[in-house]
Amino acid sequence: MTLRAPSTPGGARRDESSRRARRAWARREEAVWRLGGRVATLVPVGALVFVLAVLAVKAWPAIRVSGWGYLTGSSWLPGSTYGGVEKVHGVTIPVGAHYGAWPLVAGTLQTSAIALVFAVPVSILTAFALTEGLPGRIARPLGFVVEVVAGIPSVIIGLWGVLVLGPFLAHDVYPLIATHVPNVPVLKYLGGSVGYGEGLLTSGLVLGLMIVPIIASTTRDLFLQVPALPQEGARALGMTDAEVARRVTLPWVRSGVIGAAVLGLGRALGETIAVAMVSGSVLGVVSPNLYGTMTTIAATIVSQLDSAATDGTGFAVANLAEAGLLLAAISIAVNLAARAIVRRSGALRAPVGRA
Amino acid sequence: MVEIVPSGLPSTRWRRLRARLFHVLMLGALALVVGPALWLVGGVVARALPGWRWSVLTTLSEGTSGGLANAIVGTLVLMAGVLVLAGTTGILTGIYLSEFAAGSRGVHVVRIAIDVLAGFPSIVLGYVGYVALCVGLGWGFSLLPALMILSFMVVPYIAKSTESSLHQVPTAYREGAEALGMPGGHALRRVVVRTALPGIVTGLLIALSIAGGETAPLLYTAGVTNNLPTWSLLHHPIAYLTYYVWTDWNQPSTEAHVVSYDASLILMVLVLVMLVVARVIVARTQRHTESSA
Repeated sequence: MTLRAPSTPGGARRDESSRRARRAWARREEAVWRLGGRVATLVPVGALVFVLAVLAVKAWPAIRVSGWGYLTGSSWLPGSTYGGVEKVHGVTIPVGAHYGAWPLVAGTLQTSAIALVFAVPVSILTAFALTEGLPGRIARPLGFVVEVVAGIPSVIIGLWGVLVLGPFLAHDVYPLIATHVPNVPVLKYLGGSVGYGEGLLTSGLVLGLMIVPIIASTTRDLFLQVPALPQEGARALGMTDAEVARRVTLPWVRSGVIGAAVLGLGRALGETIAVAMVSGSVLGVVSPNLYGTMTTIAATIVSQLDSAATDGTGFAVANLAEAGLLLAAISIAVNLAARAIVRRSGALRAPVGRA
Repeated sequence: MVEIVPSGLPSTRWRRLRARLFHVLMLGALALVVGPALWLVGGVVARALPGWRWSVLTTLSEGTSGGLANAIVGTLVLMAGVLVLAGTTGILTGIYLSEFAAGSRGVHVVRIAIDVLAGFPSIVLGYVGYVALCVGLGWGFSLLPALMILSFMVVPYIAKSTESSLHQVPTAYREGAEALGMPGGHALRRVVVRTALPGIVTGLLIALSIAGGETAPLLYTAGVTNNLPTWSLLHHPIAYLTYYVWTDWNQPSTEAHVVSYDASLILMVLVLVMLVVARVIVARTQRHTESSA
């Protein structure tokens, strides 16, 4: 960080000219950084515009043919594969093709809801364990383990989910719930066939395990920012640990915790590979109970794009574009909401994992 | 015994019980996070080790059997490409947002774009790469579309971590540089960015681990091949580790399963090493700033 003295050998005139050159560069250097930065900022903006434009253009035929029916319909039929085509609203589509995204939207929202129901309480309690329940000597390495989970590739979590966790749950855990549930209207949803471990609840739990690290480590950092004085004051008044946590610590950072949870929700909505592996990937049905096979928007795109590309009219690919547009709209809304909440709660932080 | 709690409020005994319950729940929740994590890592290791051959690292794939050398090199190539493309773009964006953005009009748009792109579903990015770049522009499954899509994914992350590490550079450093008469750009390079470097590198490592572990955006942009990567950016597919985890686990042969488990293990080691290095850098520099500040 020291400014080096001019070391150019030679007379005063050359010394003078090199110093002038260096000064000129030093003046220009800031402009170079500024220009480079400005060019670089065009990349995320350009990328986003490009992606949204491609989606909109590709989805347009599907939007024209299906209209609002796309959101309410349940069938996912590619139609004639032998070249028979018809014209609907000016778009050439295979005879009998009909696409409805309701089961995909429902599956996406259901799995994400299960993930949140699991992840939010677990994350908050984990954050308390890491900040207050355990001595730092133990809490620090465990905190690191929690952060590392955020970095495990989703395809590996999916592999473990379908080979290990799913069968274990279907064999040892789900039957305990399903066989003890009374056959009354709402609780009936928890009963019935539990399947073989691929389905709605397994997908939701796997997603939950994936978003816990995001929510828990953000929440832990928030808890560490709560000033000690109000906590000590509450304790001095005789509050137990549980009461301090519930009445002082948590309310202090409530909006930040909500923001972290919504950020986790955004991740759950868009997660693809793990869900494609553990959901059973069944198109066109909304699961009749908590355990049935289903699929989500993201999992459908990844599993169907291959065969959709064989539709000569391009209508199948257009419908996947519309599904993608729908998913993008949902996660944009969720993420902007989360960031608005987190920003209002202060502190600029780098998120953990891709959130 | 005299009851000191007014009636209507919970008794001391009840409150103590709840405090104990809170502790139990806290530790239970932690176990629910750490337990599956260890179970997962242990599960992958236990499945990969019995059939492990070191030749996996050096021989090429034969589809559902053979080695993984092509995928390992491919993943490393993808990560290196992301480091160059997304690294420069992300760091420059972060520097701009932190140092030059004040008073700039377009910066609001940039921030929104970064926020939205950061939460964009990766498969939708992959879809766009496939229809627009691989098919639309006729690039085919190849390195460039894969790198572009991966970079779109991680640029927001690198930009954010760069911006937040620049924000943490003590104001005194900037003021000191200015007081010594350093020109702005020079001070930025020699003082500000250098001080923030550990944070920036940490962000880069985490972004690389994300890029190396991604599957969905690569399936329809990178394609797959049994050969080692070539130097061509277009028209030549490139193999990567996550592909083999994703496709080989439910193939009807034990050999294929072994490939899938081996790929998982190699990928996990790769990602964990990067995360641990990132963590060590953070721990080191935190100690450093604490003692010096």
